[in-house]
Amino acid sequence: MSTATVDQASGSLGKKGQSGGRAAKNTIAKVVMWAAFLIALVPLVWIMWTVISKGGRLLLDVGWWTESQRGVGRREQAGGAAHAIQGTLIQAFVTALIAVPIGVFTAVYLVEYGRGRLAKAVSFMVDILTGIPSIVAALFVYALWVTTFGLDRIPFAVCLALVLLMIPVVVRSTEEMLKLVPNELREASYALGVPKWKTIMKIVLPTAFSGIVTGILLGLARVMGETAPLIILGPYFKSLSTNLFDGLMGTLPTMINEGRDNMAVPATNERVWAAACTLILLVLILNLLGRLVGRFSKVKN
Amino acid sequence: MSKRIDVQNLNVFYGDFLAVKDASMVIEPRSVTAFIGPSGCGKSTFLRTLNRMHEVIPGGRVEGKVLLDNEDLYGPGVDPVAVRRTVGMVFQRPNPFPTMSIGDNVVAGLRLNGVKDKKVLKEKMEQSLRGANLWDEVKDRLDKPGAGLSGGQQQRLCIARAIAVSPDVLLMDEPCSALDPISTLAIEDLMNELKSEYTIVIVTHNMQQAARVADRTAFFNLEATGKPGMLVEMNDTQKMFSNPDQRATEDYISGRFG
Repeated sequence: MSTATVDQASGSLGKKGQSGGRAAKNTIAKVVMWAAFLIALVPLVWIMWTVISKGGRLLLDVGWWTESQRGVGRREQAGGAAHAIQGTLIQAFVTALIAVPIGVFTAVYLVEYGRGRLAKAVSFMVDILTGIPSIVAALFVYALWVTTFGLDRIPFAVCLALVLLMIPVVVRSTEEMLKLVPNELREASYALGVPKWKTIMKIVLPTAFSGIVTGILLGLARVMGETAPLIILGPYFKSLSTNLFDGLMGTLPTMINEGRDNMAVPATNERVWAAACTLILLVLILNLLGRLVGRFSKVKN
Repeated sequence: MSKRIDVQNLNVFYGDFLAVKDASMVIEPRSVTAFIGPSGCGKSTFLRTLNRMHEVIPGGRVEGKVLLDNEDLYGPGVDPVAVRRTVGMVFQRPNPFPTMSIGDNVVAGLRLNGVKDKKVLKEKMEQSLRGANLWDEVKDRLDKPGAGLSGGQQQRLCIARAIAVSPDVLLMDEPCSALDPISTLAIEDLMNELKSEYTIVIVTHNMQQAARVADRTAFFNLEATGKPGMLVEMNDTQKMFSNPDQRATEDYISGRFG
């Protein structure tokens, strides 16, 4: 039915040839687009398949989530990853606790107050921070913490290095979200005799809230997978530990790294893939959480 | 409460650029005053100086005096935030707060300025919505988001929000330019009612609107692009549209402009 109408229409315009050329271009563009999409999908599916097929089975075991690797030999099929999951979550949480206020306030300064040289300098610094490789951040903290101050390598030092990596992500994403808040809302608030700081607290930040949270969670997801600072500042530890200021703390990335040398041993091999699978799962959950927050946003349409 | 505005030799700047040159006028209380003129002539800029919103734009500053019942809004030690509580503003595009319900939007100004008493807020909410002729339309959905209202209703919501903080003066910057004729009529009727309590100043591009609602009208013009805008004539609306003093006014009003 519809084809007939189209034919009629192009016929009546007397430009059938041109229309045919356009249709061909459309088809080519479509094919290229789908091909690009499928090619991009290949590595993703491949990784997911490898990780899940090699380590997914362990995740179904309750012990994986409740037990540590304490006293478990590398050939033994026993224990779990509770110590590493716990360590990763604790370090991510503490990192966020430090990085989020600094990042959000910096973004508020840049968008709402920043004028002139200081703002430009701050923005430039954030750009530089964005480009810092994680190993450089780790070595910087090592140089400061261990070499200069002579302190021990403790899990908190890892958090400090992760903070350096998380701040620029939070600043940039928050900045974008604040810029999206229409200026009219600020003006409406000023016109009601509301001071600037209150306008930011009660109008601007709530309007941008869901976007800011999404940005924070994405930054957190990135930080959770970081490995370089952990290798340099927070060596692997097989037992449960919650103390950030003393001793060592196991994490998922270091657990994967630790098992790397023994991939020929089936028990270790499976543990390594399972740890990778767990890490992907945690990041996935964070992303879903970010979307969920977006849905419960206070901006009503 | 309604107050008289007395503007004396006001120069308005954006940085070094002089946007409005040497404007003086008296705006009477309990009346509607309309500003008309071509785009870029500085009428909106001038309006924004009346509640110090002009300063929100970086580089915005003024020279001269704006007296509100003999108190200089630009005097030393005058807090712009306090000025804006006295002189409210409604904008060109309706801008309800998207994070708040209809009811919360109305009392946003009170709540953000520290009023917590729920009874007071509820009374003020109803009173302001009635004042803006919106109560009957929204009383059953006060907890719904303001964005769900039509453009005209949103604009009346913004007017309700502006009058909820009990200002003495209400400035309106082209309040009907984004609205259809029926909503425009509703807002014009509302202006007629509100002028018994407030000093109303409206910027409009629609000369019929100025003729319909305003008691007095001021015509702004500019000599050329890049030159400062200036006040050409201010008179009773009837006189402005029938027998203006200035040739430029007559040219503009009769469409022979430029």
